[in-house]
Amino acid sequence: MLIRYSIRRLLETIPTLFIISVIVFSLVLLIPGDRVLVMLGYSGGDIADVISPEVYAAMEIRLGVHDPIPVQYWRWLSRALQGDLGTSALHSIPVIDIILGRLPATLYLAFASIFFGALLAIPLGVAAAVRQGTWVDRLANGIVLFGLVTPGFWVALMLVLLFGVYLGWLPTIGYTAPQDDFVQFVKHLTLPTIVLGLDFAANLIRFIRTDFLEQMREDYVRTARAKGLSERLVIWKHIFKNSMLATVTVLGFDISRLLGGSTVIETLFAYPGISFLLIQSIFNRDFATVQGVVLFLAMIVIFMNYLADILYALLNPRIRYE
Amino acid sequence: MAILDVRNLTVDFNLDDGGTLRAVDDSSFTIERGEVMGLVGESGSGKSVTALAIMRLLDSQADITAGQILFDGEDLAAKSEAEMRAIRGRRISMVFQEPMTSLNPAYTVGDQVSEVFRAHFDMGFGESKQRAIEMFERVKIPQPKDTYGKFPHEFSGGMRQRVMIAIALACGPDLLIADEPTTALDVTIQAQVLSVIQDLQRDMGLALLFISHDLEVVAQLCDKVAVMYGARIMEVSESTELFSSPRHPYTDGLLRSIPRRGQPLTPIAGTIFDLRSPPDGCRFHPRCPYAEDRCRREMPELRVVEPVAASTDPGSSGDSGGTGDRRQAACHFPLTGAGAKA
Repeated sequence: MLIRYSIRRLLETIPTLFIISVIVFSLVLLIPGDRVLVMLGYSGGDIADVISPEVYAAMEIRLGVHDPIPVQYWRWLSRALQGDLGTSALHSIPVIDIILGRLPATLYLAFASIFFGALLAIPLGVAAAVRQGTWVDRLANGIVLFGLVTPGFWVALMLVLLFGVYLGWLPTIGYTAPQDDFVQFVKHLTLPTIVLGLDFAANLIRFIRTDFLEQMREDYVRTARAKGLSERLVIWKHIFKNSMLATVTVLGFDISRLLGGSTVIETLFAYPGISFLLIQSIFNRDFATVQGVVLFLAMIVIFMNYLADILYALLNPRIRYE
Repeated sequence: MAILDVRNLTVDFNLDDGGTLRAVDDSSFTIERGEVMGLVGESGSGKSVTALAIMRLLDSQADITAGQILFDGEDLAAKSEAEMRAIRGRRISMVFQEPMTSLNPAYTVGDQVSEVFRAHFDMGFGESKQRAIEMFERVKIPQPKDTYGKFPHEFSGGMRQRVMIAIALACGPDLLIADEPTTALDVTIQAQVLSVIQDLQRDMGLALLFISHDLEVVAQLCDKVAVMYGARIMEVSESTELFSSPRHPYTDGLLRSIPRRGQPLTPIAGTIFDLRSPPDGCRFHPRCPYAEDRCRREMPELRVVEPVAASTDPGSSGDSGGTGDRRQAACHFPLTGAGAKA
């Protein structure tokens, strides 16, 4: 049943993917000026000085600017499906290679933030609901409020000031691959993880707390207590699984946001992830890369939502039959 | 010794506006081992709160403010939460009114039954599963083995209520509290579920506290009946006697409210009072056709009433010497026979 459901949901993502591909393809069409020059990263000056006629002709052929737009779209799409997202004008290497090169950094940061956020939010959200009105609840509310009202870049700057500048414990910019130097890797990851993790946790705590309070009033909870189950089982087995149902939906959205990388935070920490790449490419007018990154990010969001749906079906037995 | 001896139980709710509401007021009754007692009354009369108080599963807003709940000689009202956990599901169980929401939607019914065994006995997954399947057989669920892995939403209300009964009776309790277990079900299904409860009650020698507002069902199932009105117990009696000759005017009114073919319906006049501001004297006096001055001033205690004169009830006067002592009514002027004062 679950397999059939998964396949059906996967097929349902196709229309979304199609629309996104059209939008991404159109991005370049919408940029004013000569599309060939745009894709070559031309940013002013005498054209003859920066771009040779051969390069211009090659891009003209690749884009096929003289063909009808649907033909151009189809050519672009079939290349993209084969992993050919064009060549970066700036780095002169395939865009897909640049993206894949930047992906690990973003993934490490995303998973570290999710892990840190969940580790903080799940016990705190549950405790806030179970001990409503006590200090735990107030602490949780404090974190939620802090996470919601303080912009990430401000928190990031404060952390940089404290741990980077005054205490000098942690590096404030850059990234080290874990295979090169694991300790440095962790150090570089720490501050951005705290910033993104807190933000993620704030949302999650708020959600878990509200949902838990609702679940605690359900009849099945009374049944569980009437069985003589320990409070630990009532909370972490009976209520928790039901509460996760609602939370997974929110998680999917937040996780896809994190996997896309946070533009502000990656830029602030000069952290070489996907989002930082996007910003750099925009500033450098490297449109092939911009196009590739946007397409890639959109696919991540769609895929994560798909995964959240599957997880939801796993947790909620009722959904598979609908 | 009675398995359950509730003495002067009083439950107060602390309301959000700072006031309090007395949901159960000075209520006393006993249930013998293997006895079936009905607890009847209108919605809001305190039946469910009484049940939850016995289980010690009241909301955080509610407190047992007076009285004792002697279960097998030990006062449940004085037990710690940990001590109560060992009793709930093991020695006292409860079946609730709403089969559609009382089971956890996220777990299989098999798991929800077998976890009771694991909670109370030193039992692994394999053995508890075996025992759960046996329980499904006992409550007459078809294909008990296949049932184990199914989720609550795959069952009808009647089947879910059987699952609830399986959960409640899994550990062979001494007392089962059934709070309107069939109210939410279709009539035909009601009868089936009732017969499952009745059969198991007899097989297991269970004491049963059966809460209902359905007098017909209570008459058919119960040995003894307590009638509640406005948080207080109005009358306690053997079931047959209660229905043939009610002693409390409220019970009389209840019986007359049952629709009968060829007879006009006579509802009890007026409506139930607001529990936040109960009337002085007898709680029922504003609606009682026989109320006198004393009823308005003085609250009648639940006390043993004299047996009805032999002439009105000739059949039972001989053998009911013992049971006659157990007829209790909270009324200054108890009725002396069916419609004697009417």
